[in-house]
Amino acid sequence: MHREAKLGLILLLTPFLLWLSLLIVIPHIDLLLVSLRERVGVGQYEISLGNYLTFFTEPLYIVTFLRTAVMSIFATILTLLIGFPVAYYIAKMAKGRTQSALFLLCLVPFWVSELVRTFGWMILLRETGIISNLLQSVGLASGPVEMLYNDAAIMVGLVYTSMLFMVVPLITTLESLSDEVVEAGYDLGGSGFSVLREIIIPHAMPGIVSGSIVVFMLCLGNYLTPTMLGGKESLWFTELIYSQFIVRFNWELGAAFGFLLLILSSVIVWGMLRLTGQSLEKTMG
Amino acid sequence: MTPDLQCTNLTKKFGETTAVDNVSFSVPAGSFFSILGPSGCGKTTIMRMIAGFLEPSSGDIQIKGKSVLNVPPNKRHVNMVFQHLALFPMMNIADNIGYGLRRNGMHKKDIGFKVDEALERIGLPGIGHRRVDELSGGQKQRIAIARCMVLEPDVLLLDEPLGALDLKLREHMKVELKTLQAAFDTTFVYITHDQSEALVMSDNIAVMNAGRFEQVGSAQDLYYRPDTAFVAGFVGDSNRWSGKVIKQDGDNTLVQTTSGLTLRGATQGRSLSQGDTIDAFVRPEAIRIAHKAEDLASFDNQISGTVTSILFNGAASRVMVRDTDGHEEVAVNLPQSGEFANLTKGAPVHIGWASDQANCFSAGAS
Amino acid sequence: MKNQPFKLSMTVAVAAMLSAGAASADTLRLLTWGGYAPEDVVAKFEAETGHTVEVTKSNNEEMIAKLRATGGGGFDLAQPSQDRIAGPQAEFGIYKPIDLSKIDASLFIPSMLEATQGNTTVGSDVYGVPHVWGTSGLVVDTAKASMVQDYTDLCASDVAGKVSYRLKRPTLIGFAFSMGLDPFAAYGDEAAYADIMSQVEAKLIECKAGVKTYWGGGDELMGLMRSGEVVASMAWDTGGWKLNSDNADITFVAPAAGALGWVDTFVLPAKGKADDAAYAWINFVMQPEVAAMITAAAGNFTASKGADEFASADLKARYQGSFPAEAIDNIKWYPPVPAGLEAIEGGVLDRVKAAK
Repeated sequence: MHREAKLGLILLLTPFLLWLSLLIVIPHIDLLLVSLRERVGVGQYEISLGNYLTFFTEPLYIVTFLRTAVMSIFATILTLLIGFPVAYYIAKMAKGRTQSALFLLCLVPFWVSELVRTFGWMILLRETGIISNLLQSVGLASGPVEMLYNDAAIMVGLVYTSMLFMVVPLITTLESLSDEVVEAGYDLGGSGFSVLREIIIPHAMPGIVSGSIVVFMLCLGNYLTPTMLGGKESLWFTELIYSQFIVRFNWELGAAFGFLLLILSSVIVWGMLRLTGQSLEKTMG
Repeated sequence: MTPDLQCTNLTKKFGETTAVDNVSFSVPAGSFFSILGPSGCGKTTIMRMIAGFLEPSSGDIQIKGKSVLNVPPNKRHVNMVFQHLALFPMMNIADNIGYGLRRNGMHKKDIGFKVDEALERIGLPGIGHRRVDELSGGQKQRIAIARCMVLEPDVLLLDEPLGALDLKLREHMKVELKTLQAAFDTTFVYITHDQSEALVMSDNIAVMNAGRFEQVGSAQDLYYRPDTAFVAGFVGDSNRWSGKVIKQDGDNTLVQTTSGLTLRGATQGRSLSQGDTIDAFVRPEAIRIAHKAEDLASFDNQISGTVTSILFNGAASRVMVRDTDGHEEVAVNLPQSGEFANLTKGAPVHIGWASDQANCFSAGAS
Repeated sequence: MKNQPFKLSMTVAVAAMLSAGAASADTLRLLTWGGYAPEDVVAKFEAETGHTVEVTKSNNEEMIAKLRATGGGGFDLAQPSQDRIAGPQAEFGIYKPIDLSKIDASLFIPSMLEATQGNTTVGSDVYGVPHVWGTSGLVVDTAKASMVQDYTDLCASDVAGKVSYRLKRPTLIGFAFSMGLDPFAAYGDEAAYADIMSQVEAKLIECKAGVKTYWGGGDELMGLMRSGEVVASMAWDTGGWKLNSDNADITFVAPAAGALGWVDTFVLPAKGKADDAAYAWINFVMQPEVAAMITAAAGNFTASKGADEFASADLKARYQGSFPAEAIDNIKWYPPVPAGLEAIEGGVLDRVKAAK
């Protein structure tokens, strides 16, 4: 009986463990090994930490990483600020069909690929695009307005792409907040703001934290949106990794960058959790 | 003296449906007022209008003589104990109780003092640091009340707060709520669909049905002198028969039920005339049971029959008796004396009741 | 004894399978550029030879990266430019030598075949034969930016905010020539090459403010030029000719410093499995009529001898318009890139990208 139970557990876990080891652990080990090699001549390599040193000695790479991290944090905050009221409306105020319809609306952009979504923004924002023409026709602008190829365009794209991943966990946690508790907050003398601060936000904290982690990681690891909307000013860390691997055939440095991205982003997430007094266990539990 | 709460011609419509239909009542200071009714009767709507979560379609609500229409819930001196208590799970007990005080801008030290005092009063001193989910159902109940009471509200609203408790605890909390109300000396407005809660605790009870108050009165009034067939049927148990008035003489009515049983009843001042269809209600405890017909000589309704079933339930034991002609099955309470302890199924018995215990209401009134 | 019939039938079955495999049923996995394997050519090839073709579209860098990732596996025939063969082969060993006896040399323009073989020789082995060739230079809206005649003219204030180019190595090379330097001559000398590149870097950073955006793909460039948001850009000749057919003002201009000439080749990935099909494809597409079909699809001419006769008159006219005789002589053909130069160029590109 006991042996059977054990066998069942092994069978249940096998797909997960296979997935974990074949698709996550083994490639990462390989990546780590590659990152620890340094090219010393044609086809010759030796073990060294040189690739990691390169990152810390070349300001360009550090600046790019910091820029990517700061903009990702900013995009996460913006997504949260925009997503929270949306999620609150969907979870608490909309009822029945409206609720499903609104939720579906949040999903709609994800029925097309990220590339198409980004092209959509390019059509809107470009100099000969819809918004530029609209501004000119209503007389708010005297000439064509270029809204692409700057940081604001990147931000718009990132927030748009990430919205769903913020809204879904927020809706889930907010739906579990009973109306009674919110009403009790008002009934006992709370104003809208204090109910939000003392009751709704503390309750939604797990959703806020998990949504923010996902959005931050998505922004940090995004490649298409910053490159396409940012154009000549994009400068995103993933772009550096891509060009190391593809353009410069320098897999060693690319792998080191990949690892640094993994480590540094984990450090940032950990730091943010500490800063806000949250823990991953609380969020998951 | 102005009542603590007065509602005048209160009406609430949701689209085409009228949830509350022209209800007026007043609750004197320090009393325990219950609104009793089946689910969907509109009692929760009244409660939410008093608390301020709903605006009445018409009519007025006055608290301590002042209209509170257009006053938001957080500005009304009315607090509410919610059905599922709605304690704040993200705060500990002390913060829960202190929440309203903090909102009022009270000094931190005073809050601590008041919270301790409140915990003392509800018999749970020293649990302020605990988390909400560490408490038992009864403790949560008391915390929810204390959380409101520290604000010293003019009226405390309670929305079926005992519904989620198990039977034993519910019985216990009924007594405790009444004690707490006396201790805090605050006006309680309590809504429930459970008549025993209302009957045990209340000074006054309003029985509500389909958006209207059927009757407002003391527990005894409702039980012994129901104004309407609905109240007669809803409050307490009754044998209920439909029939026609054969003969009407002053307060006395001779009725023939649809199954052919003839009985004598009383109208308690309501006007009925010959030929009216009526409903007659007789409580099981108003019916006397006897071995010999002579023992029932004083009753103007007498039936002989056999026991069809025995429903033993300690002090509230009951038998079902079918009359010899087989018209009706009548529920009869057994006396406590033990004289019928050996009664068996199929045994011949005699039952009887006084005509003024058979309350007759014109059918269609409910 | 009992086993005898079984063994016999197995032998027959295996032999049957092997012969069937040899006769047909090969799948040619082709790693190439858009337009180099048009559907009509693939259909014709499949009908004639019985092989099937799986086409994967890519570019130079991705081709090499893909082959490197698999150690030269996953594809049976690839088409990198001739300057990107010797270096990666020396470094990563991702190709295998071409058996010239299986190539019908008579189908090729002899001078091109010879030049490509020379450029793609590592040790004593030849790794590439030429297929499609073309140039990159400038695409200019002559009505609005006729003053753009050379790469560095893209930095002129007259066209500021309305120019584009790729942030890739052709731009570095083109600017270097336009600045009077000779990067190809410095290929063998890393220090000299780094010096040239640092001058180009300074120039590109200076020009950055006037650039609309760095284009990434042909479609993006087409969109920018068609909408008029960009009036001059670095681009391939075919891109300019394609735009010319829509808007007569826009055309390809061979820059004063010289257009950059490239030759895309055929190479065999080291772990390719269908060499016969690969050779069959090479010999098939180099036939003049088929080569003309590819020219029609890709817009560029091929190294197929006699295919010019089949090319459309329009294309020829555009070609002659963009390339007067002296411009053809001035084409700078990419020599093989020595391993290691990419690192220098990459650093320059990163810094230009990061500059404000």
